[in-house]
Amino acid sequence: MSIFEKETLIGKRIAKLDAPQKTTGEARYLHDITLPGMLVGRILRTDRTHARIVSIDTSAAKALRGVHAVITAADTPNIPLGHGKDNPPLKGDKVRCIRDEIAAVAAETEEIAEEALKLIKVEYEDLPPVFTPAEALKEGAPVIHDSHADNIPFSFDYSHGDIAIGEAESDIIVQDTFKLHFVTHCCMGVSGLIASFDHDGNLTLHSQTQIPFLYKKDLSPVIDVAPEKIRVIQPPIGGGFGSKLDIYPFEPICIFLARASRRPVKLIFSREEEFIASPTRQPVELTIRTGVKNDGTLIFREVHTLHDNGGYTSWGATTPFVIMQTISSLYRVPHCRYHTTVVYTNNPYSGSFRGYGNLQATFAVETHMDKLAEMLGKDPLSFRLQNAQQAGETTPQGMHFKTCGFHDCLTTAATQSSFVEKHERYRTQQNGPIRLGVGIASLLHVGGGAKIYRTDGCGTILKIDDFGKVIVMTGSTDIGQGAETVIAQFVAEELGLPMSAITVINNDSEITPWDVGVHASRTTFIAGNSAKRAAYKARQKLLMAAGEMYNLDPETLDLRSRHIVHSESGESIVEIGKLIRSLHFRDKSEIVLTSEYYEPPSVMQDRGFKGDVSASYAFGTQVVEVEVDIETGIVRVLNVTAAHDVGRVINRQGIEGQIEGGVAMGIGYAITEHLIVENGIVKNPCFRDYKLITAPEIPKLDMTFIETHDPEGPAGAKGIGEAPSICISAAIANAVYNATGIRFHELPLSPEHVLRRLKSERNETLSTR
Amino acid sequence: MTSVQHEINFTLNGKPVTVSVALHWNALTLLREGLGLTGTKYGCGEGECGACTILVDGVSVNSCLMFAVDCDGREITTIEGIATEAGLNMLQGEFVKQWAVQCGFCSPGMIMQGMYLIKNNPRISKDEIKRGIEGNLCRCTGYSKIIDAIAETLHDEEVRS
Repeated sequence: MSIFEKETLIGKRIAKLDAPQKTTGEARYLHDITLPGMLVGRILRTDRTHARIVSIDTSAAKALRGVHAVITAADTPNIPLGHGKDNPPLKGDKVRCIRDEIAAVAAETEEIAEEALKLIKVEYEDLPPVFTPAEALKEGAPVIHDSHADNIPFSFDYSHGDIAIGEAESDIIVQDTFKLHFVTHCCMGVSGLIASFDHDGNLTLHSQTQIPFLYKKDLSPVIDVAPEKIRVIQPPIGGGFGSKLDIYPFEPICIFLARASRRPVKLIFSREEEFIASPTRQPVELTIRTGVKNDGTLIFREVHTLHDNGGYTSWGATTPFVIMQTISSLYRVPHCRYHTTVVYTNNPYSGSFRGYGNLQATFAVETHMDKLAEMLGKDPLSFRLQNAQQAGETTPQGMHFKTCGFHDCLTTAATQSSFVEKHERYRTQQNGPIRLGVGIASLLHVGGGAKIYRTDGCGTILKIDDFGKVIVMTGSTDIGQGAETVIAQFVAEELGLPMSAITVINNDSEITPWDVGVHASRTTFIAGNSAKRAAYKARQKLLMAAGEMYNLDPETLDLRSRHIVHSESGESIVEIGKLIRSLHFRDKSEIVLTSEYYEPPSVMQDRGFKGDVSASYAFGTQVVEVEVDIETGIVRVLNVTAAHDVGRVINRQGIEGQIEGGVAMGIGYAITEHLIVENGIVKNPCFRDYKLITAPEIPKLDMTFIETHDPEGPAGAKGIGEAPSICISAAIANAVYNATGIRFHELPLSPEHVLRRLKSERNETLSTR
Repeated sequence: MTSVQHEINFTLNGKPVTVSVALHWNALTLLREGLGLTGTKYGCGEGECGACTILVDGVSVNSCLMFAVDCDGREITTIEGIATEAGLNMLQGEFVKQWAVQCGFCSPGMIMQGMYLIKNNPRISKDEIKRGIEGNLCRCTGYSKIIDAIAETLHDEEVRS
């Protein structure tokens, strides 16, 4: 008789399921797919930032041999789309930013499509443009959307406590203003879509969307196709990071081209187009005023944010909600007021981007905290520890921290990096051209989804075939982060099967059940819980069947290594395939098929923006050591010590990969990345001039996982996808201050920027240290 | 629209190929559109991201910067040509083992560059690996696991020999 020990997959290093196909070139991304008869779609974009369209002449383009369709606003329903429903797919009356779509063609080759675009003549009447929120708010400023004469699509106020009391109780009050810049996702796979209709008007989309189900609903009115006639197939996605959370004009345009040409159409961006016409992280000007007691207790915090919304309203406009969480709840603040204004300009518009406003908020809050600590004569660590949230607290905004590893994150990262000792040493004992500095910063982010719709759930259908192979159909989307693998781990763990027995299907809306989409660090938590629960139901079914068949108490049975076993001895009773076949063919003619819709126990915020919006919250602290060359302004990140409250590690390499990748992205935000937008024009739409972090710039990274075992999380896990990118820019700025005595309130810390400040302030700061 | 065609002969993943190409095509377009080898990726078309890296006579090249006609007489190796009969080659295996792959879009180019680095200098150091993949951008992984995968492959090969 075979004996099987209980083994676990949780916390192990488990290979990524889709990695083999991705290392051989077999993985077929959107870009690699060709359908029979497929045409090439291309978009003509405007060269103006604000102008009335007088006329569009497409006659020469239509006459070009090999062109199958040329469309403008006049040829389509042209219903506005996007989060703010203010963005017509094709612009017929006016253009509001450099991304704007004027016309599109479907042609037999890319060359013909490009040639056709050149033949389209557009006549404009320029309108006065406006490129900063401050200008756009002025009396008599040009109006960008007639529906919003004040150029404000969105503004709101939040408060808890009473600022007047806070002011009266504070011993020290400090105010700072921060300005954050445009950056963009730079997914290695550029944006695109393949649209094809069948004879019954059913539409199949090969899409990279992060929200396959909302996508159908959002697209439906814009393209005038019933949602049930839309099928969304998601080939492997070449990076998401939030960029594919909305629908954008290119998507209905591609669909209109397919309809007009009666052929499948593939529309893929060039890299230049990707830089110009895909979303950005929303630039924000943030003024923060904080009051503290002399003993270091935070008393009040007041924040105003002014957002450059660009020409249209995508998800970027909602980043103030996430900014608000860090303002109100990273630290204990009894009195808080927050006002945000989102302003239309003629700049490119922003979408959601990993961290979702929290990179901006945390840069401000955590550099400001450093300044406060210094004014109080406290070290940056103890000041933070004094005010940090703890497990069990419900913040005045209503976030309930059932688990909270914030204190552990702070002390672990600080201890392992010798932060306090180094901070004091670098502050006081330096000369020469290379100055060392160390900085600390922390973060709070959602770690169990965010209930921004009435449901934040995910569905799973699970079947086990006659040979013990498990097919998991999950609504969740994998954008490369490894969701598929983690979901398979939960199922394998529950069913006592090896990873090789699990296949995950996550890419066809005709097969998979509903899910909100991949955002808010929710997939491990929510799709994981859903899959785990579906597997638990299958497990119960198998144990019950075995109990009945062998006349044993199901409570005494377990599933291990493909076998039903006696829990105590591990002795095998029956192989799982054999049990299922006997169920299927003999006893009850039953199959093993289960389903689950997991809804997290979070709530939507009320009218005062209060409520426990996520089922779990992630915390983390990162300590950064830098060297600053005061002769060149070059900032080098030497090492990063990160401690993250991850709930529980599910896949060790997967979570390391999220932290390594997030840290690299955060360093890029802090030092090298800047989408330069001058007078509404993107000046650096290429990797030569938009500098991503490359391999030689990767610092040494030590990470510790603080396992707080979230009671609601699958096997105790929290979401970690966004968290690692959030606080490093503040840690770097604090380290640069430690090295040079200069506070930075704007990013990126490029050599030019740092040198300019060093030159102007060197006499006052460096020489007196 | 017509374009001037030119017939070329070269070795592709060990097999001889004769193909007629448009003069303005680059090697990336020839591989992807002309020959259906879509493992090599378009990332920027300007030689800045390395997603389209292939080996030309054993040397790594951004295929977007090479004219298709210049493949004539060369030995071209793409991501599709490096697996062994038994399955993944050692470097591919290490990419899987180390989680050096997330979205995977940069992986074929990274692996081809890694193949070149290992072959060119079997004693390459970690710092040299970092500099060696400087021209290959990855937005997901933060590079650490890619560097580890290349370094571990060298280690595996040393152990084997």
